[in-house]
Amino acid sequence: MSFEGGGWKMGRLFLHGARLLSRGFCSLGSNRISVCIVGSGPAGFYTAEKMLKAHQTVEVDIIDRLPTPFGLVRYGVAPDHPETKIVANQFSRVAKSERCSFFGNIALGSVISLSELRENYDIVVLSYGAESDRSLGIPGEDLNGIYSAREFVWWYNGHPDCFNMAPDLKSTDTAVILGLGNVALDVARILLRPVSELAKTDISDHALASLQDSTIRKVYLVARRGPAQAACTAKELREILGMKNLHIKIQQVDLDISPSDEEELKKQRIQKRVYELLSKAASSPHCPPAEQRELHFVFFRKPDRFLPSENGCTVGAVHLEKTFLEETGKRLAVGRGEFEDITCGLVLKSIGYKSLPIDGLPFDNHKGVVPNLKGRVLSSYQRGHEAVEHGLYVAGWLKRGPIGIVATNLYCAEETVASISEDVEKGLLTAASGTPKPGRQGLLQLLENKNIKFVPFSGWEKIDAKEKMVGQQRNKPREKVTTWEDLLKASNV
Amino acid sequence: MFLHRLSRVGFRIARTSMPVSRSSTSTSYFGAIFNRFMHQMTNHHFSTTAINEACEGLENKEKISVTFVNKDGEEKTISVPLGMSMLEAAHENDIELEGACEGSLACSTCHVIVMDVNYYNKLEDPTDEENDMLDLAFGLTETSRLGCQVIAKPELDGIRLALPFATHNFAVDGYVPKPH
Repeated sequence: MSFEGGGWKMGRLFLHGARLLSRGFCSLGSNRISVCIVGSGPAGFYTAEKMLKAHQTVEVDIIDRLPTPFGLVRYGVAPDHPETKIVANQFSRVAKSERCSFFGNIALGSVISLSELRENYDIVVLSYGAESDRSLGIPGEDLNGIYSAREFVWWYNGHPDCFNMAPDLKSTDTAVILGLGNVALDVARILLRPVSELAKTDISDHALASLQDSTIRKVYLVARRGPAQAACTAKELREILGMKNLHIKIQQVDLDISPSDEEELKKQRIQKRVYELLSKAASSPHCPPAEQRELHFVFFRKPDRFLPSENGCTVGAVHLEKTFLEETGKRLAVGRGEFEDITCGLVLKSIGYKSLPIDGLPFDNHKGVVPNLKGRVLSSYQRGHEAVEHGLYVAGWLKRGPIGIVATNLYCAEETVASISEDVEKGLLTAASGTPKPGRQGLLQLLENKNIKFVPFSGWEKIDAKEKMVGQQRNKPREKVTTWEDLLKASNV
Repeated sequence: MFLHRLSRVGFRIARTSMPVSRSSTSTSYFGAIFNRFMHQMTNHHFSTTAINEACEGLENKEKISVTFVNKDGEEKTISVPLGMSMLEAAHENDIELEGACEGSLACSTCHVIVMDVNYYNKLEDPTDEENDMLDLAFGLTETSRLGCQVIAKPELDGIRLALPFATHNFAVDGYVPKPH
């Protein structure tokens, strides 16, 4: 086998396919275990893959409320980060394997209930992520022109729930982004990247058109704490700091770090490298020509309120309070009673996602997660009095909170699957009556009774083929189908 | 296979030191593979002589011995042709090394630990791009590298690579579950 890039990939595909196929030929007798995974992002697919590998008699159904699989890999990862989406190839192989089926267009909580799933499957794993946002809870938050970063990301990634969001990028030259994680950097980058570069990505066409007419030239990234606490990672920071014709502004004074910061940095490789990148950027000499776009890093500021513009209903400025960090304990950012404003016409809040509860599911509203012990859902979670919900598990952000990267789910899924395997071994998942649950057949019957048309993986493949075909005509890897109606039509449902 | 032929074309172009922009976005599927391949080539600072030698090595079927050790301590020794990455070699031999981004330096899932520091020192220093990904690797050690960036060369004969053990606690508030 040669070492050139393409050859091994094809070989590996064959190998993997052959492996999966051979495993599928084991008989599914009365030991069959039926699993339903809700949510087809990385958490769902890694869980499916590991379940299939760990148990030869397992049958896995993955359901998703969208007609398309892959969760944030499709609707979260930025258009100019195509390499991060390659993992979808691995997930496709899982979906197409013998003992796995994908069911798109099935919303848990509306179309089907949690109890219905638990009646039909031995094991239910919830991995539907976090589709809502933390809110600031400050005055003016409902002014026009203020969006969560999640909505903005869904908008440029062509998510059918946000395709007509139509943010106004033409009435202002300044956008303020609250937060300094990787999502904040993503949205800043998409606002500042030359449109000619974006035009070659899989960005949605309505976003591309809007960005083409955008008058935004200045973006502020506003963080409550300092550069030693920045939540972004080196790759993304390096990328944005290195963008051509982008003038970076960081105040030297913000880079002074306290002894506590220094201690923390020594222990944390990521934060240390991020801090070094920021320091280097602050000290680089620069003489910006007039036409350059600007990216400002603002530290030690928290939003106090949003001020309206002249028309009274759109945001006109963010009123910020200066902060300092507590030296000890949790090192929270505390307001100093000094304020300043940044005039702007667009605000993107990138302060964290939040999961949504559903009927019949224990939920910790404070942390925004399902209470669990290594993935086993707990019906009560006071420490020392935990009660496990048999047969119900969680993986991904719904389990851990909305943090981490794609690969984090690899280990998260491993932990949940280990818990499931232990429970299977202990016989905790067989019904008292001894009759096996209907599994996939039960789901299909349920959907028929309710007259619900689901989208099978082959339906997604039709959407995929169409997107790639139209994309090719426009020199893009794909042109996303962006409405519910068009998605269902393209899947031939 | 078309991809094989495409890669050989790319190989010839690499010998004439065509510059490649790391940040260019791919315009097509094959463009993506080509760009990744070119990126791997340029990142290893191959001189024309080195490329010729590697090519000849392949043709002479020169291989090195590599041992993978999984988290249960089980070992598997395989034969790896010169110029192949440890990630490719693992997959060809059914060793369970993840490779989410398929070698494009966009993840850390092919993280391996070089068990002997002498072998670690024989590797070229990681680039900024690899270090950025290593930042995110679970169970990172002083001798950690990405498997897709460790390329077989004669000096690495006998190298032992451990698959990392993930010991992360995932609870949101750091709560450690009590053992049963």
